[in-house]
Amino acid sequence: MKDLVVLDVSKLPLHGTGMASPTWWATCTFMLIEGMGFGLAIAVYFYLMSLAPQWPIGAPPPDLFAGACLTVLLVASIIPNILVSRWARRRELKKVKIGLLIMSFFGIVPLVFRIFEFPALNVSWDDNAYGSIVWTILGLHTTHILTDLVDTLVLTALMFSRHGDNTRRYGDVEDNCLYWNFVVIAWLPLYGCLYWVPRL
Amino acid sequence: MQEEQSGPPMDTDLDDRELESRLAKTWSTRPGFWGKIACVDHKVVARRYIFTAFVFLMLGGLLSLAMRLQLSQPEARFISPDRYNQIFTMHGTNMMFLFAVPVMEAMAAYLVPLMVGTRNIAFPRLNAFSYWIFLIGGLLLWLAFALDAAPDVGWFAYVPLSGPQYSPGKRTDLWAQMITFTELSALAVAVEVVVTVFKQRAPGMSLDRIPVLVWAMLVMSFLVILAMPAIMFGSSTLILDRLVGTQFYNPAEGGDALLWQHLFWFFGHPEVYIVFLPAVGMVSTILPAFVGRPLYGYMLLVMALITTGILSFGLWVHHMFTVGLPRLGESFFTASSMAIAVPAGIQIFCWLATLWAGKPVYKTPLLFILGFIFTFVMGGMTGVMVASVPFDTQVHDTYFVVAHFHYVLIGGAVFPLIAAIYYWFPKMTGRMMSERLGRWSFWLIFIGFHLTFFPMHILGLWGMPRRVYTYQPELPWASLNLFVSLSSLILASGFLIFFIDAIKSWRSGPPAGANPWNASTLEWATSSPPPPYNFRRIPVVSARDPFSPGNDELTVATGLRTDRREVLVTTIVEALPEARESSATDSVWPFWAAIATSIMLIWSIFSPWAVVWGSIPIAVALIGWFWPKGEAEDES
Amino acid sequence: MKTSRFLFPLLVLLSGCSGGVQSALNAQGHSAVALKDLIIFIVLVCTAVWLAVVLVMAWALMRRHKRQEGEAAERKMTIAVSVAIVMTVLIVGVLTFASFLTTRSLYSGTDATVTIRVRAQQWWWQFIYDNADPSIAFQTANEFHIPVGKDVRLQLEAVDVIHSFWVPSLAGKQDNIPGRENVLTLRADKPGVYRGQCAEFCGLQHSHMAFLVVAEEEADYQRWAAQQRQAAVQPVSAEAAAGRDVFMSKPCAACHTVRGTQASGTSGPDLTHVGSRSTIAAGLLETTRGSLAAWIADPQTLKPGNNMPIVPLTSDELRQISAYMEGLK
Repeated sequence: MKDLVVLDVSKLPLHGTGMASPTWWATCTFMLIEGMGFGLAIAVYFYLMSLAPQWPIGAPPPDLFAGACLTVLLVASIIPNILVSRWARRRELKKVKIGLLIMSFFGIVPLVFRIFEFPALNVSWDDNAYGSIVWTILGLHTTHILTDLVDTLVLTALMFSRHGDNTRRYGDVEDNCLYWNFVVIAWLPLYGCLYWVPRL
Repeated sequence: MQEEQSGPPMDTDLDDRELESRLAKTWSTRPGFWGKIACVDHKVVARRYIFTAFVFLMLGGLLSLAMRLQLSQPEARFISPDRYNQIFTMHGTNMMFLFAVPVMEAMAAYLVPLMVGTRNIAFPRLNAFSYWIFLIGGLLLWLAFALDAAPDVGWFAYVPLSGPQYSPGKRTDLWAQMITFTELSALAVAVEVVVTVFKQRAPGMSLDRIPVLVWAMLVMSFLVILAMPAIMFGSSTLILDRLVGTQFYNPAEGGDALLWQHLFWFFGHPEVYIVFLPAVGMVSTILPAFVGRPLYGYMLLVMALITTGILSFGLWVHHMFTVGLPRLGESFFTASSMAIAVPAGIQIFCWLATLWAGKPVYKTPLLFILGFIFTFVMGGMTGVMVASVPFDTQVHDTYFVVAHFHYVLIGGAVFPLIAAIYYWFPKMTGRMMSERLGRWSFWLIFIGFHLTFFPMHILGLWGMPRRVYTYQPELPWASLNLFVSLSSLILASGFLIFFIDAIKSWRSGPPAGANPWNASTLEWATSSPPPPYNFRRIPVVSARDPFSPGNDELTVATGLRTDRREVLVTTIVEALPEARESSATDSVWPFWAAIATSIMLIWSIFSPWAVVWGSIPIAVALIGWFWPKGEAEDES
Repeated sequence: MKTSRFLFPLLVLLSGCSGGVQSALNAQGHSAVALKDLIIFIVLVCTAVWLAVVLVMAWALMRRHKRQEGEAAERKMTIAVSVAIVMTVLIVGVLTFASFLTTRSLYSGTDATVTIRVRAQQWWWQFIYDNADPSIAFQTANEFHIPVGKDVRLQLEAVDVIHSFWVPSLAGKQDNIPGRENVLTLRADKPGVYRGQCAEFCGLQHSHMAFLVVAEEEADYQRWAAQQRQAAVQPVSAEAAAGRDVFMSKPCAACHTVRGTQASGTSGPDLTHVGSRSTIAAGLLETTRGSLAAWIADPQTLKPGNNMPIVPLTSDELRQISAYMEGLK
């Protein structure tokens, strides 16, 4: 078969960002998968609640302090997160480096509060189905914070390395910011379920 | 050549020979053992996937013959009840998780990049990772079977039978973790297919020019993405119940046995369409090549595909009609379960119309497709029957249902799959399969299939339940069962001939040439088998049929680099060129990541701490995977 | 192959009594008859649809092609496909409506006179005839009697894992689920013995978890119930009396109840009137002295994995205990 050249693409950029980046779309599909997982966890929570004569089962509602602190921290982290994303789009290496350090901090500190959230649930995972689902929800979300934290730390190291100043890396930073936003936004309905539904 | 001073080497102004040799250098896999392990070519990975899945099909088929031996006479003692329960659990699990879903996804991984005219699947390393995970998950299950430790609670693993109290030991944990393996690999391929279809289509292949098969694979991938989390949630909570004493499924502590069924079937019903929709795509692609006219009702078929995908999520209760439903809901469930017959009907009508308008050429792929229509419509009809709640109360969990879903899965998916193998085998191997053996295998499979499975409808109505390792002589089932068992040998011989044909043709079949069927989708625009880079130059598409078989010219784009693996990224709707994106090079890291993941998953059957300590090597492997190595592919 | 397919509707039509004592096509109860009518109706409609599709396919393959087909043919095809789609929708609607009518008739006018608690467990059935007055409550295993022509209310429970209660000749199946209670209403139209079997996979001996429903005239039923309420009869022969002593001194009494004796175990079937039932071991064997002896001597060979252990007995003890069991009418 003979080739008939009708198009020249040599002027196109070597890497697209945002919707032009396959990685961006992959991040979106992963968020869809995990969003589905969180959605199911919430559905199971309400399903078990609908079966139980009283809710929570055999335990007082969770204590609010640790969860509230964590939620405030997570919501607050959205601001630097969006800034980092913006700096990455503008390819401002120095600001991105500082921003990533800040975001590493915002990944670690919530984990400290998370450690206190588990005992604050006032129920053990093996006490009853209520304990099982709340521990699972909290655990599931914790793995998301952890995953994104590791991702952020590796990216931070990368940006300080010779591989840092590269459109591809800036795209990675933007995708990482997108994913962190997802981790934060996914937390809000989970937070409502864990802390406020038992108080209804 | 003259451009080398001004920038990196480009494919412009090169003659075809020179361009091919440069691309081959950039895209080829290094020789040797580690080169094979590191290979990320979607064709190589998909071929391994397909081959492995067919090995599992053969093993699963042997299991079914063992079951037929045991059931050939009442109160037979060939196989102990414990082994029999392992065998039917293995058969279902193996066929669904290790054959049907992987083989369809592998067909997608092979065909989609070729059909959309790109050089590799999106995220080729993830693709390689997914194969290793799939392979290890399958080996794990079969190893357990060899050690007499295979799961024995059915492929559906209903609690409490699969719970800590009634299924001690590790059998059920192995099942649940095998689920994690296969779902992980399925999700990975689904993500790759979605991104490949969204972003790597050839310039000009707008949404309304995407081949039906690619549409089918896209919808299938979305079903995987939306349905698989449910089974992963289910299997993980089952392991938690068994390992650390959570109470999800324990009614005494606020849990619920039916919760499992909801989660399982929220995945399990779409699962049927995950297997069936690719088959729809295959039929729609193959049929036109053998009737010599374009497919009738492209738009209608694509709409039917999407509608089926959406409806499939509303039907899971379909499998729970006897658990004690709210009476008011029954008619609603009946109506919604039957509604899926409408898009299925539309598909059938479009194919009939295509047949009507065309002139059939009776080659093996067409035979399998005609056999498919004949058989699948019957399976669809029994599907309508079991969709009726009152009807279902008499046939649920009987051999009627066994007959029904084998009609749907073998008739509806395996027949098109074999047609697809006969059709794309020349592309995958460069050699034709035998038409003579193909006919033998078709008639043996077709006749053997109906003789084996049709009588099961009657057995079911006569009261024979499923999943029994034997039945008593005073029940009137013995002669039909013997008949079924003997017929299954005919069916098995048909498959045997198919396997022999495939192996023989692979080694010594006649050369196929680039386009043996005179088809008009893009995979036929390159050589058979395609070179590692798929296309010398990226095709440019300006119609639904990218090229006409008679025409010797292919419109293409230039301007890609030859010194690094480069693909073209296009916009999602119009497929306008957006960027030249690099495609990952070969790497052994996906392999190590799969090994690390497997260690963590298997270890976690025994100790919850495996999740903590086992994550460290995974993290290391992933960092090794993604850390830039200063290759040309990292430039931007 | 083809003939068998065309035989299918015929089989269904001719199957007034086909399929034996455990068949959806041998309908002898109110529900089963309604369901059989629905089954025949839907099978006929679906067979017609399938035939139509296959005929169209055959026609499409065999017809001669005219060259002048163009726009007009395309338009005709579109009309044909549209008509087919509309037909599909209509047929689906009709079948849904037929199902709705059947469902309604199944549930209409049930005022049960007899309520039985069905406790399914690995791998046998416990039938409890509760009563507000505990002295006239009784229970049996793997075989229960119902009066003909009366609605019988079954409360379905599960002791361990999920089971499914199914007597195809009388009604559709319904699951027994731990932690939940389902209700199934039965009515037998004719006296007879109907076989049922667990329909949900429940472990090793799912295959051997059958039971019998004996439907009989009201007077017979009352006589049976009165007899079941009695404590166990005293053994008449010396052999049976010796068997009773063996039974009480061995682990048997720890799992089985024989009312009127000190045997009051509850993990196995109540044996007070075991000799009056036509089968033992959940439908596995006909009740005879020989089968009782075989079962007691080695339950694990006859029904591998079941929960009855092998109790070492001398051959004399075995003979005596079988005589005792057989005498428990």
